[in-house]
Amino acid sequence: MATDSFRLTITEARELLRKRELSAVELTRACLDRIDAVEPLLNSFITVCADEALAQAREADRRLAKGGAPPLCGIPLAIKDIYATRGVRTTCASKILENFVPTYDATVIARLRAEGAVFVGKANLDEFAMGSSTENSAFGPTRNPYDTQRVAGGSSGGSAAAVAADQCLGSLGTDTGGSIREPASFCGVVGIKPTYSRVSRFGIVAYASSLDQVGPFGKTVRDCAIMLRSLAGADPADSTCSTRPVPDYEAALSGEVKGMRIGVPKEFFVEGMQADVENAVRAAIAHYQSAGARVVEVSLPHTQYAVAAYYLIATAEASANLERYDGIRYGVRVEADNLLDLYRKTRARGFGAEVKRRIMLGTFALSTGYYDAYYLKAQKVRTLIKRDFDQAFACCDLIATPTAPTTAFRLGEKMSDPLQMYLSDIFTISVNLAGLPGLALPCGYDAEGMPIGLQLIGPAFGEEIILRAGDAYERSGVLTRKPAVV
Amino acid sequence: MSASSEKYEAVIGLEVHAQLLTRSKIFCGCSTEFGAPPNTHVCPVCCGMPGVLPVFNRRVLELAIRMGLAAHCTIAPRSIFDRKNYFYPDLPKGYQISQYETPLCKGGYIELPGDGDNGGPTRIRLVRIHLEEDAGKNIHAPDCSLVDFNRSGVPLTEIVSEPDIRTPEQAGAYLRELRSMLRYLEVSDGNMEEGSFRCDANVSVRPRGSDSLGVKTEVKNMNSFRHVEHAIAYEIERQIELLEAGERVVQETRLWDPDRGVTRPMRSKEYAHDYRYFPEPDLPPLIVPPDLVEQIRIAMPELPAARRARYTSEMGLTPYEANVLTQEREIADYFEAVLPGLKNRKAAANWVMTEVLRVVNESGRGVAQSVPAPAEVGSLLKMVEDGAISLNAAKTAFAAMCKSGKNAKATVSELGLLQVSDEAAIAAACDEVICAEPAKVAEYRGGRDKLFGFFVGQVMKAMGGKANPKIINEVLRRKLAAS
Repeated sequence: MATDSFRLTITEARELLRKRELSAVELTRACLDRIDAVEPLLNSFITVCADEALAQAREADRRLAKGGAPPLCGIPLAIKDIYATRGVRTTCASKILENFVPTYDATVIARLRAEGAVFVGKANLDEFAMGSSTENSAFGPTRNPYDTQRVAGGSSGGSAAAVAADQCLGSLGTDTGGSIREPASFCGVVGIKPTYSRVSRFGIVAYASSLDQVGPFGKTVRDCAIMLRSLAGADPADSTCSTRPVPDYEAALSGEVKGMRIGVPKEFFVEGMQADVENAVRAAIAHYQSAGARVVEVSLPHTQYAVAAYYLIATAEASANLERYDGIRYGVRVEADNLLDLYRKTRARGFGAEVKRRIMLGTFALSTGYYDAYYLKAQKVRTLIKRDFDQAFACCDLIATPTAPTTAFRLGEKMSDPLQMYLSDIFTISVNLAGLPGLALPCGYDAEGMPIGLQLIGPAFGEEIILRAGDAYERSGVLTRKPAVV
Repeated sequence: MSASSEKYEAVIGLEVHAQLLTRSKIFCGCSTEFGAPPNTHVCPVCCGMPGVLPVFNRRVLELAIRMGLAAHCTIAPRSIFDRKNYFYPDLPKGYQISQYETPLCKGGYIELPGDGDNGGPTRIRLVRIHLEEDAGKNIHAPDCSLVDFNRSGVPLTEIVSEPDIRTPEQAGAYLRELRSMLRYLEVSDGNMEEGSFRCDANVSVRPRGSDSLGVKTEVKNMNSFRHVEHAIAYEIERQIELLEAGERVVQETRLWDPDRGVTRPMRSKEYAHDYRYFPEPDLPPLIVPPDLVEQIRIAMPELPAARRARYTSEMGLTPYEANVLTQEREIADYFEAVLPGLKNRKAAANWVMTEVLRVVNESGRGVAQSVPAPAEVGSLLKMVEDGAISLNAAKTAFAAMCKSGKNAKATVSELGLLQVSDEAAIAAACDEVICAEPAKVAEYRGGRDKLFGFFVGQVMKAMGGKANPKIINEVLRRKLAAS
């Protein structure tokens, strides 16, 4: 049992830990051994924290022995390396923060620490969460556990791959335009991006502040529900964070979908999408229908403008958010004769190509004379997209779409064509622009055995309904999960 | 004023940054205290560490609204913060959180005191008052540059005037009035040396009578009211000389060099910015509840302009006196606390303006720490009014009280300053003097009126300096006249 305990779900492990049939140290050691075994194939982690994790596990065992420990006590988790972790370097997969060690914890890290969670390591990502494949990492790409010649998706590729390959029981990612859902889809795991403001952003290194949101990856929908409950809730350190009470998401998993109105937007079934993806998603929707849900066609007419609006708003915010990496106070500094050259050389050497591209795009969008035509117009489009969803949710309870137009592509396939890469997020981006919750879960495999993701979108603070629908699908047993090959 | 400057008129607008009197910074809990060792009042938020977020200090809002109401501004029920982007080592995030399109306060005006000659008060209109965070401070050592972030995130208001100011003196008067208001309202300590009150000036000149505006320059680095007046005067002359020589004024930012008494252009790299303002996504809009504005309005103290008006109309003080007494709220409060029981308010005003202000200014400390309680000064002046002590005796007593902290009555009696108003005793002394100086008496009676003072002095001397001079005068005049 103990040796392959890394394969457990959080739900299963929680029971065994509580009954003391498994210790947190055993479980953590199993995960660390698993990391040692498969990490050379995957590169899911930038930093593995073996000693810290074992110390946390020992402490968790003491709490578990006393009884009444919180749900995530003793559970080994991977943390996207964009969360500030006190005393553990936080690189954002960037050379510029190669040796940056924060003196503070992100709010959600502090919460998980307080629960007794175990952090096995800092997961790989696209530099500053900018990318859809985790190829834009200064620490090398993460590979897909279903096929190591393919990408894990991004930007939270390390977090998704680590869960898929059983290197941890769950993980944390961030999602600005699809960075949790797309890699979840590519790696055949479950990921949820909560409603904007549901989870504190304090200590999450900012990419695009009005879009960034924290969320968990799990092997099951239930695992995500458990983690989300621990993450969500008001934070005095984040004034954009909602003060709404946090529901018991696990309690919402009734398995019942009867009478649920599922909206299917025609704009999300586009030409050029992979046929296997469309078929699997349609089959999942048909399953809901057979289980008693009502399927209604809805329209989100401004969907086609979402990617364009996103790449103006997100890059504009990023251009400001990344100004602090100037080589003055922390991070990499390249010395120069004068201040301007110090900035130029530091940032030229410290940032990767995609980050530079987005800083330039965003700087341009905000410049005098262009602001109205780009940034302001994009904000107007954002308002229209929000309105589309409001109207759709007037006649449905949740919306079902594919998570990504394709399954995981091959490493290097889209690196020379940023536009093609940007289109990987075509189905997820509008959800961020509207600030809504989105759940990605496996709903099939393509002809080559690569996982396909179903996306369930809820109205604002509608996490319970999408988790319930996702869990019901999972529990129905209609999909036989295939294990990763790694 | 030179002949050529008669032909021109200056157009001046001022931008004042005033530090708000909060204990903690605008977006984090660090202390705002001045003078701490470098980088001791800092945290991840005000150092711009990765992932941190700002949280707005509500106290800042109250203070800024107080100033806005005092300056007759419209308070925006909803305003937003913006990011102002530029790179500089003292700016840890690479952007300053400020307000751009929607400031907290719009419009309004500041009323400058009239000088009594040129008639009534002058209004300088305001464009806006907005909130922002301060930057840190660069310190340049010979072999390196260092940054102190203690000031980073200290709350500021920026008060922007319309270009309604016409002379350097008026600019000075505007700043003094603004500072006075900020101090009355306890919104800012207005301390220029510690950088809690800073001013930039936009200056242009145009032919007198013209409606259009000339090319302006922005003058920075003025650390006192005197510097502001000198720098503006210099800049006006410089621009006039350029125009008179047929040259053009270049729109630029110039730094005041107080040692050489000139302005010089900043290097273009130092200010050529496109700030790329956009709404700060980390902060929700600033919503001002209407009842908050009303609460603040009700609790507003009387402002210098209202006090000045009261002092001139109700007390009959001159505009000059009213102005001197009202510049600092502490002094005006003190003056008013001296008044109860006194008939002669003018004398009280004079006393505060000369004796009290002299001691306060010399001590360099606050009013409460340097002069006796106002009621004691009131009782001292009452004794003068009643003829119990002379004005000179009051000054002696006041000086002693400042040192000892004892009350007026005790001091006057300890020093034996009570003057003799007993007419019989004074008459006896007069008789003695008249008998002792027959020659002088004869001279006086022969028409040397000037000798009267001599007799007064002799009588006073005979009575140990404590006799009531008014009674001495009366008695002596009578006795010397009678022959």
